[in-house]
Formats: sequence, structure tokens, C-alpha cells
Amino acid sequence: MAPHARDAARTSPVDSLVTRHRLRPLELLPWVLVIPPYWLFDTYLPLGSEILIMVLFALSLDLILGYAGIVTLGHAAFFGLGAYTAGILAANGWGEPISGLAAAAAVAGATGYVTGRIILRAHGLTLLMMTLVIVLALNEAANRMGWLTGGADGLSGIEMWPLLGLFRFDLYGRTGYVYAAAVLFVAWIFVRRIVHSPFGRSLTGIRENVTRMHAIGVPVRTRQVTIYAIAAVLAGIAGGLLAQTTQSVALTVMTFERSGAILIMLVLGGVGRLYGAFVGVPAYMIAQDNLARLDPVYWYFWVGLMLVVVVLFARGGILGIVDRARDLVVRRRP
Amino acid sequence: MTTAALEVQGLNKNFGALVVANAIDFRLEPGARHALIGPNGAGKTTFVNLLTGRLQPTSGRILLGGDDITALSQEQRVKRGLGRTFQINQLFKGLSVLENVTLAVGERAGVAGDMFRVAGTHRGVVEEAYGLLERLGIADDALKLVREVPYGRQRLVEIALALALNPKVLLLDEPAAGVPQGESKVILDVVAALSPDIAMLIIEHDMDIVFRIAKRITVLVQGAVLIEGTPQEIAADRQVREVYLGERDHG
Repeated sequence: MAPHARDAARTSPVDSLVTRHRLRPLELLPWVLVIPPYWLFDTYLPLGSEILIMVLFALSLDLILGYAGIVTLGHAAFFGLGAYTAGILAANGWGEPISGLAAAAAVAGATGYVTGRIILRAHGLTLLMMTLVIVLALNEAANRMGWLTGGADGLSGIEMWPLLGLFRFDLYGRTGYVYAAAVLFVAWIFVRRIVHSPFGRSLTGIRENVTRMHAIGVPVRTRQVTIYAIAAVLAGIAGGLLAQTTQSVALTVMTFERSGAILIMLVLGGVGRLYGAFVGVPAYMIAQDNLARLDPVYWYFWVGLMLVVVVLFARGGILGIVDRARDLVVRRRP
Repeated sequence: MTTAALEVQGLNKNFGALVVANAIDFRLEPGARHALIGPNGAGKTTFVNLLTGRLQPTSGRILLGGDDITALSQEQRVKRGLGRTFQINQLFKGLSVLENVTLAVGERAGVAGDMFRVAGTHRGVVEEAYGLLERLGIADDALKLVREVPYGRQRLVEIALALALNPKVLLLDEPAAGVPQGESKVILDVVAALSPDIAMLIIEHDMDIVFRIAKRITVLVQGAVLIEGTPQEIAADRQVREVYLGERDHG
């Protein structure tokens, strides 16, 4: 190797790692795309809000599944806790949205921390079952405590105060859409920060090889519990947003089905890459919306088929396909 | 007598009726080049796992630099300067070589829990990791994913991860295992060139490697220490030849 070439090689690997957190233009694409629907599809804004909320929910799942490698079927527990917290507050005379979200985050986060400390001692299938048990137990608790949650009838009487004291939650969901987009934006900045921090990098190490992480002196469980609680906070905020923008909470916020569905959406988009949530959730929900209209009886079959195809032929989800396509184009160039 | 870098007193480990470590007494002197040998199933890797805290002993004590570490977790032992490599690679296969080592350096430097600054602000950590790759001659592969790097070089990453911890005591579990003859020399050169400040215990099958590196040898048989001595003493010992080298009839 020529001396100058060696010099270049000497600095560049370090630089490439040190600068990996820098924002690439493509990362702003979701935020450009989120604006036009406000005017273009104004009758679809409630669906739009729900998509944004589910993106936030999937983003929180990506932190534990994609980065820390913790597989869970109970993530909806935190979504549901957030929804009920914000909903119950608003139904009992405290309809201020921001503080309602903060309360949702606190309740979900505290529950995430406590349950995380207990269940993250387990691994693999045992852990998976425990996450499942938690969501089922909380669902049953919400069902039994009808005086507080409305039980199977759902929580009614939610009245939201205007956002920031200025913007009413209107019938068309305009305020809700902007509100959900703003919260998702702030959460995205936060999650992106964590993912690119040394803490976030160490999570990928835990995902890649726990044995080695122990051997280099990592307090593995502490890191796992921390990220589990953070993901619970974000899921709680997502649930709180759903309660506030739809002004209703049903038992379905906190089910195994919802835990599974969000997992599917994330896998569809691509796991462990921050933007899988932004791709998978809209793809799934828009497809679901259209399929349900085209084939009202068997639409779930088509959703299932879509999934089987992705799992069999497109590991890494939709973003994985994009990656491979790009590699193909780059390699073809002389 | 000086304080041993690592000392083991009356170490026992049973799995039910199966005894895998039997009253082991062992001293690793500061700066030692010590080899642990023994036939398959002698309990060599179990011994390493007891030292590092992956396994808890049934009874006995382990001292690191004179301090009792028997009750400490793996993480705490690492923080006190006990590093190891694995017989079978334990690497972050989906991450680049540089990032593998950066994770270890960052952990040792105490920045890895930092959640609110981007990793890039800790440039010194990455530079140190890269410097280590240069020292081991694998800097060319810095940005390749570990799983794309040849096995021999993965073994060097394995060593780099341990060295990144600045260990006082280094446990090398068959560093050249699975590496073709031609490439194992590179790994041995790296091991031979390690700082004399590091006390080293090398677990090895290959007698050429053992006799080249070790100044002292301990022979482990069925979980117990059979004999300890200089390479010459071990090579000449009749018991060792019978039990381990299997030269009873045609020596």
C-alpha cells in the first residue's frame, strides 16, 4: 500500500464510525410525507393519526426487539396502560392533553421498569410467555375494574381540553393529526439519539452476543431493563395519544392481538433499523384498510399472505428489499 | 511470597454427583506465561468459567491481586482486570470489526452507559480501538462485518476484544483453535508479543504452542491438578506421559 493510501485508510475507518450518527437527507423523507395529507386527504385524517400513533408504538418496539433483541408479545400492555391512564384522567375532569400524556408515560414506564426487572431474568421462550402473561393479566384487570375503565363497554365520557389551550380537538381530526405528528417527531429525535449513543450501540452488542457482553464487563440486565422501561414509556405515550385523539378507550388497546399486530407491522417494515416502523405501519394499515373494503369477508387472508411472502422472500422486511435493490444497482455500475 | 496475580484455593465444582473441579489450588504469578493442559474433558474450560464467574464454585476461593472475587459477578471481575477469550468465537458477527472492539473499549472506559450524547463524541474510544487493530495487524478489515472476515482473523478480533479491556490477567482459551497451521503463527506472534505486565494463562491442546509460549505448565486431569512444573519437568514426567500424552506402550 502506498504511504498516502495508508494515511487515508488510517483516518477513514475511525471517521466513518464517529460520523455515523449524522443525519442523511433521506431520513427527513417521513417528515416531508407527513405534511401533504393534512390538505390532500382531509377525510382520512383519523386514519392518518392512527397510523402516526402506531408508528410511534412500533418505534418503541424496535428499541427492544430490533436493538436489544428482546422478543415480546406483551408490548401492548404498555400501550394499553398509557391509553387507560390518559383516558381515565380525561373522563374524570382532567382533559389537558400534554400532562395527560406525561401521566400515561409515567404509569407505563414505571410498570415497564418493575416488570422488566422481574421478567428479564428469563430468556427465550420463558421470557416470551411472561410478556404474554403480563398483557393478558392487565387486560383481565381492566375488564374486571369496570367502575374505573368501563370494562367491556369501553371507557366513555372522555373530554379533551384544547391543545395548549388553543386548538380544539375537532370532528375531522385535524388537531389530532398535527398533535400525533408533533409527538412522533419529538419521539423520533429522542429515539434516534438513543440509538446512536454509546448506550444504544451497546444494545446491539447485547442483541448480537450476550455471552461476549458479559465477558467485556457489561451490566447486561441493567441495560436491558433500562431500554425496556424507555420503550414502555414511548408505548404509553402512543396509547395515551390514541385515547386522546379518538376520545375513547376499549379493551382492545391492551390485547395479545395488538401486541402481535405491531410485531408484524415492524417485521414487515424491517427490524432494528429505526425506519422499519415508518415503512411497515403505513404499508400494513393502508393495505388492511383497502383489503377490508375489497374483500370484506376474507381480507385477513390477504394480510396473512402478504406476511408469509415477506417472511419467506424478504428477510429484513420492505427496507431489506430496498437495500438489496440498491446493492444490485451499485454493483452493476462499472 | 509476592501476591499472586490470580490465586485459587481449594476450588470445587460439582454438577450433582459429577465432579468437574476437585480441590484445585493454583497460582498465577504477576507477568506469568502459564499453560493449562489436560486431555479432553479434564475440566479446563470449566476452570476458566469458574475463574471468570460464568459458573459459581461449590466451594473454594478465587483471589484476583489478593482480593477475594469469589462472590463477584462476571462484570465486576472484568472491571477489576480479568479478561478472557473464548475457545469458540464469541463475537458480534453482524457488526464491523472496529465496532466490535469499540464496544469493548467503550465499556472499559466507562462511557458505554452514556445515553444522551452520540457515540461519535467519544472519538478517543474509537481511535484506541483502531490502534489496537493496527497492533494486531487487522486494521485493513476494520469496516468489514466480522462474519465476512476469515476465521483466522476472527480469532485475532477475539484477542483484541480481551486486550481492549486492559486486563491484568488474561485467560486465553485455545487461541489458535480451528485455525490452519499456516495462520496460527500470526496468532502466536501476537500472543508472544503481549505486554509482560499481563499475567497470562493459556489453555491449549497443541503442545508446540504450549512449549513455545509457556514458562510454567499445570496439568489438569479429571478436574484435579495432576502436576505443575516447568515445561522440561512436564515433558519428562512419567505420569503425564501416561495419563495425558498416552505414550505408555510406545514412548
